[in-house]
This record gives sequence, C-alpha cells and structure tokens, in this order.
Amino acid sequence: MADHLPILQVILPLIAAPLCLLVRHALACWLIATLVSWLCLAIAVLLLHQVLDGGTIRYQLGNWVAPWGIEYVVDRLNGFILVIVAAIGAVVAPYALRSIDSELPERQIGLFYVMYLLCLAGLLGITITGDAFNVFVFLEISSLSSYALISMGRHRKALHAAYQYLVMGTIGATFFLIGVGLLYMMTGTLNMADLADQLKPLAGSRIVLAAFGFIVVGMGLKLAVFPLHLWLPNAYAHAPSTVSVFLAGTATKVSLYVVLRFIFTVFGFEFSFVNQPLGPALLVLAIAGIVVCSLVAIYQDNVKRLLAWSSVAQIGYMLLGLSFATAIGLQAGLLHMFNHAIIKAGLFLAMGCVFLRLGSCRIEAIAGVGRQMPWTMMGFLLCGLSLIGVPPTAGFVSKWYLVLAALEKGWWPVAALIVLTSLLAVVYVWKVVEVAWFRDPPGTAGRIGEAPLAMLVPLWIMVGANLWFGLETSGNVDVARAAATALMGAVQ
Amino acid sequence: MWESFLGLYNYWIVILLMMAGFYIVMSRHNLVKKLIGLSIFQSSVFLFYISVGKVADGTAPIIEEGISSYSNPLPHVLILTAIVVGVATTSLGLALVVRLKEAYGTIEEDEINEMDAAD
Repeated sequence: MADHLPILQVILPLIAAPLCLLVRHALACWLIATLVSWLCLAIAVLLLHQVLDGGTIRYQLGNWVAPWGIEYVVDRLNGFILVIVAAIGAVVAPYALRSIDSELPERQIGLFYVMYLLCLAGLLGITITGDAFNVFVFLEISSLSSYALISMGRHRKALHAAYQYLVMGTIGATFFLIGVGLLYMMTGTLNMADLADQLKPLAGSRIVLAAFGFIVVGMGLKLAVFPLHLWLPNAYAHAPSTVSVFLAGTATKVSLYVVLRFIFTVFGFEFSFVNQPLGPALLVLAIAGIVVCSLVAIYQDNVKRLLAWSSVAQIGYMLLGLSFATAIGLQAGLLHMFNHAIIKAGLFLAMGCVFLRLGSCRIEAIAGVGRQMPWTMMGFLLCGLSLIGVPPTAGFVSKWYLVLAALEKGWWPVAALIVLTSLLAVVYVWKVVEVAWFRDPPGTAGRIGEAPLAMLVPLWIMVGANLWFGLETSGNVDVARAAATALMGAVQ
Repeated sequence: MWESFLGLYNYWIVILLMMAGFYIVMSRHNLVKKLIGLSIFQSSVFLFYISVGKVADGTAPIIEEGISSYSNPLPHVLILTAIVVGVATTSLGLALVVRLKEAYGTIEEDEINEMDAAD
C-alpha cells in the first residue's frame, strides 16, 4: 500500500469524480468529496515525510520502465506543493457544504463536487508527474473543470469570465503543447529526467530555444504573470465563493511549479539563467506586476475583485524571488507561494462568509459588517495583516526572506520597493477594514448574524495557519530551503 | 534552397494555420468566431505532431513481414489525446456561448462588455 501512494494521490479524486456523477445526491457527494480531500491530504503528508527522510520517490506506472513508460516522481519541491494543494482542498471541502448550498441551484450541487474533484485530481496530477506530456493532460483536466466551476457563479458575468479564461487558458495550454512537441522532436523522449540529460548537448539549438519560449509563455498565461493576467480578476471575482478560495490557493501555485520544474530540472539553470536573460526579464515583469496591480487593487469597489488583483501582484513577489536566481531568492519565492496560498485562501474564505449573509461583496454593501460578523471580519483582518507582511504573521516571514535575498544580491532599490509596495497592500486592506468597522450599515439592511460554524472553522484554521507559520517558522522554511537547494543543487 | 523550402511544406502549412487561428482569436469579437479561430490554432498543432512522427519512406507502424521502416506512432498517439482535449474545449466553449446568449441576448463581445460595464 505504502508503495502505491504516488498513484493513489491522483487516482482517488479521479475515481471519486465519476462516482459523484452517478450518485448526484448533494449531501452524499459532499461526503465523498470531503473524505477524498482529507485522504489526499493524508497521502500528501505521508509522501512529503517519505521524501524528506528517504529521498526522491520514483513510481513507474504499470511497471513500464521510465523513459518509455510514464513515471511519477516526488521530490522535495513537488512534495511541498502537493501538501499545499491537498491542504487547501481539505479545508475547502467542508466549507463548501453551506456556501455552495446557498449559491447554486439544487440540481447543480452534485455536479459541482464532480468538477471540484476533477480539478483537484488535475492539479495533483500536474504536480506529481515526471512526464512532460502527462503535465499537459492533467493541465487540461484541471483547466476544463475550473472553467465549468467558474461559470457556476450566480451573476451572468461569471459566464463571460469563464469564456475569457477558456480562450486564454487554451492558448496557454496549446503553447505548452507546442513546446513539448518541439522538445520531443529534438530528443525523442518525454520523461523529464531523460529530457534533462538529452538537452544538455543541445543547448545551442534554436529549436530548443523556441521550445523554452513556448513553454515559459504558455505557463505564464496560466500563471497570470503580469501582462498575461487579464483572465484572472474576473474569474476570481465572479466564481462561486468556494471556487474562488480553491483556485486562489492552488491553481496559480501549481502553474508556477511547472515553470520552476521546466526552467530548473528540464532546461537547467545554466540554459535558463546564464544563456538566456530570464532573470532580468522576470525581474522587470515582477516589479511591473507588483506596482501596477497593487495600484489597480486599491481602486476596486468589489472586495473579491480587489483580492483577485492583489493575487496578481503577489504572483509578482513569487517571480521576484525566482528572478534573483539565487538559492535564497528561490527559497523566498517558494515560501511566498506557500504563504500566499494560506493568506488568500483565508481572505476569500472570509469573503465567502460575508457573501452568504449579505449576498454581495461590494464595498458599500459590507459597511458595518465588522460589528455584525465579528469573527469573520477578525479573520479577514488577521489574514489581511499577513498579506501586508506584519509580524508575527506568515506573510512577514516570506517578505523578510525576499528582502534578504535582494540585499544579498546588493539590489537595495528592489528591497526598498518590496517594503514600499507592502504599503500599497496596507491601503487596500485598510479600505475594506475601514468600511467594515467604522461605517454604519446601510439603513435598509436588517440585522444579520455571524456565519455558520461549518464556514467559520475552515476560516479560522487558515487564520491559525497564518499565525502558526509566522511564529513557528522552522517547518516550512526548512522544507522550502531543502527544495530550493535541491533545484539549485546542480550549479553550486 | 527551394528544395528544402518546399520539402518542409507541411511545417509551412502548420505555421500558416497557427497564425491564422491565433489572429482570428485575437481580432474577432464574435464569440463563436473566436472559438473557430481557437480550433484552427489547435488543429495546426495536431498537424505539427503528425509531421514530427513521419519517417521518410516509412509505412504505417504495423508489424508485418517485409516492413522495416515505419513512422513513429508515439506522436500520433499523443495527438489523439490532444484531439480529445480539443473537442472537449470546443464543446465547453460552445456551451458557454449558448448560456451567454441566453443571459445577454447577444454573442458580440463588445455588446457584452458594454452591458457588463453598465451593471
């Protein structure tokens, strides 16, 4: 059993999805989805443990030997990402019960869990596989199900957002497919480890360079790197609350993982950063993204849209860490990836609670909600502080490492910029907090109660995680360091 | 020069289709036309993979006496998967367009944007 954990990680949600489709009963589907999400988290944690103790796990599917058969590989980097994805899934599933019940028509609820499980299976599959084409297949499983999930939003704008995401996401995935095709043309293999070996003598090839461009740009679209982010704000703003939580915590993180895997493991550090100017290019895009999107976030009048714009800005911080091309920079980027997952999940969870009671996330609608839903808005405030990077929260730790990485490089203007742009986060978080606590509720509104416990508990688990990983930093910092040094290992 | 240019004609077709499809996706405002562009764009990649698998003078990959040189079947199998994905994407996209038409009464993106901005 323990030998087969890598395949169980993916196959469990993949089998549970059609099972839900057959059952269709809302509560039964919810039970299946929750159980499977928790099992996935348990498997992910076990896998990470095995990897940290015993080194990389290689699992040959159907016993077909590696370069020919498909291989699942778990190392420190993707073991870490698997835990992030599975943990967000495990927190979202119980939350979905009340939230989805109030936002979707009865007949769609069973289908929602089918799509959720498929999306989870796709994201875990992208992370665990060691085969380049397999990444594309899982990428499309998760993308197609997330288009459907987003389109379930209550407002008709959700349909338009899902359509836009479908067009841009498909272009991104097709770019990735072209890149993989070019690599196959040059090497005749799809296995990532084998690709890495075969590409070494081909570093000067123009076709390999084209493949590199297609893969980085294609995944950049899915990752919402600054000028390619246009699909994200609408998609997150109009999706059902649970979907916003899940996608904000997982989808872009997994895309970033694919970028890391390709630029470090497949193409190699030297090809990506020494032969190509990837570092400066990412630096410019990251800084532009952080500044522009934080400013745009300030002017939003819908809190979910505000958080979505802030997500694009935060992706900039992760890329900034990567663009330093040092072990500590990479570690900071990975840490921010983890921390941003729990921060944004927490913020969107709080907004889901507000939406349940008010039916709106517009700024003027939430006036005075802080006094009526104190636990929810307290959770929002604490996660908001973490987003800004106030000690002792998780957000502080990753920003601290980012500043350290910038100083190590001697780029003090970048370090100053990280601190200054955090002030922009203060402005948009404060905008929400001020309205929620210091304004009187609109006269027409009746008295509303606190969110149900089934939604508050997941929210406070995330808040707790934000505080825990702000104080007790040894766990995730060490894993991120181990993953970063493993990626950089070949060069140092 | 001309030999190698014409010898690679399938790749020129791939590039032509790819650019045509990509241009349609970006320039058209009609939601159905956009999806048609997207389909052409994806189809060009299918052709590309099939071209990659072709071995000069090779036959179909069937084990039979007297056959020594055959095309690489792997890219063909890969692209079967991608074709399925392409069909799924197009059908999901069209389903969304149907719902958009019901909700907005139009499939022109500019008009939808105007209505979105209004509320």
